[in-house]
Amino acid sequence: MTIEMWSIIGAFVAVSFGAIGPALGEGRAIAAAMDAIARQPEAVGPLSRTLFVGLAMIETMAIYCLVIALLLLYANPFVG
Amino acid sequence: MDLSPLAPDILFNLGPVPISRPVVTTWAIMAGMTLLCWLGLRRAQVHAGPLQTVLEVIVTTLDEQIAAIIHRDHGKYVPLLGTLFLFVVIANLSAIVPGVKPPTGHLETPMALAAIVFVSAHVMGIQARGLGAYASRYTKPSILLLPLNVLSEITRTFSLMVRLYGNIMSHEMVIAIVLFLAGLFLPVPFMLLGILIGIIQAYIFTVLAAVFIGAAVSTEEIG
Repeated sequence: MTIEMWSIIGAFVAVSFGAIGPALGEGRAIAAAMDAIARQPEAVGPLSRTLFVGLAMIETMAIYCLVIALLLLYANPFVG
Repeated sequence: MDLSPLAPDILFNLGPVPISRPVVTTWAIMAGMTLLCWLGLRRAQVHAGPLQTVLEVIVTTLDEQIAAIIHRDHGKYVPLLGTLFLFVVIANLSAIVPGVKPPTGHLETPMALAAIVFVSAHVMGIQARGLGAYASRYTKPSILLLPLNVLSEITRTFSLMVRLYGNIMSHEMVIAIVLFLAGLFLPVPFMLLGILIGIIQAYIFTVLAAVFIGAAVSTEEIG
């Protein structure tokens, strides 16, 4: 197999498996925030702001995987 | 058609300097925002006209939101953070106009914005607390964590940049692929989703910038 074929497989594995973890994490975070809002509806302002920041932090992992995939596909240092 | 999202998109050359599409769009957005503010505040009155009222509502809302994040004299940081938010919103939503590509979908613009946040957080932190007190932040809770604290400064700026770029660019690419596969009308719901993504990413970018600056200028520990 050539480097190009391995790069495509690597990009696919990076994005697919890199999306699983953040997806589970974001689901848990949103569920916890929903629970908190249901218990205390008046705290929706600070809760949603913290939720957004937290989601952004979790999402960073998936975006790192996306960057790795893009580097493999478009800026691969091992391809001529 | 050049598919690579990392390749520069050169429109024309100004002497030896190549001018890319994001630069032109960025300058157009800045000119538009300046013109709008000049029109709205040209004859500022107490009994405000429609445009002045809209601008005042925007500024007041931004001020309230930033005050909820930065507790210590937040007024100094509203111009920077508010401008960041308005610029990123307009840049993300510029994809609605046919033929315009959002400048945040190229790596250079988010890089410049993240560099602005990085430098201004340090400068404002040193201004607010003094050099010694600000530098001692990195040795807390223990001197052993100094390398990790420095590393986190770099990685969080990097992730600030890549988050904005990755979201906007990947959204553009998804629309291109859907248009390629399914034709004319199926991309429309994706484009509506793009409006939501653009506003949320601008909000997240500004909130994170505010959190970084707030952590730099305040004495208490925030994330």
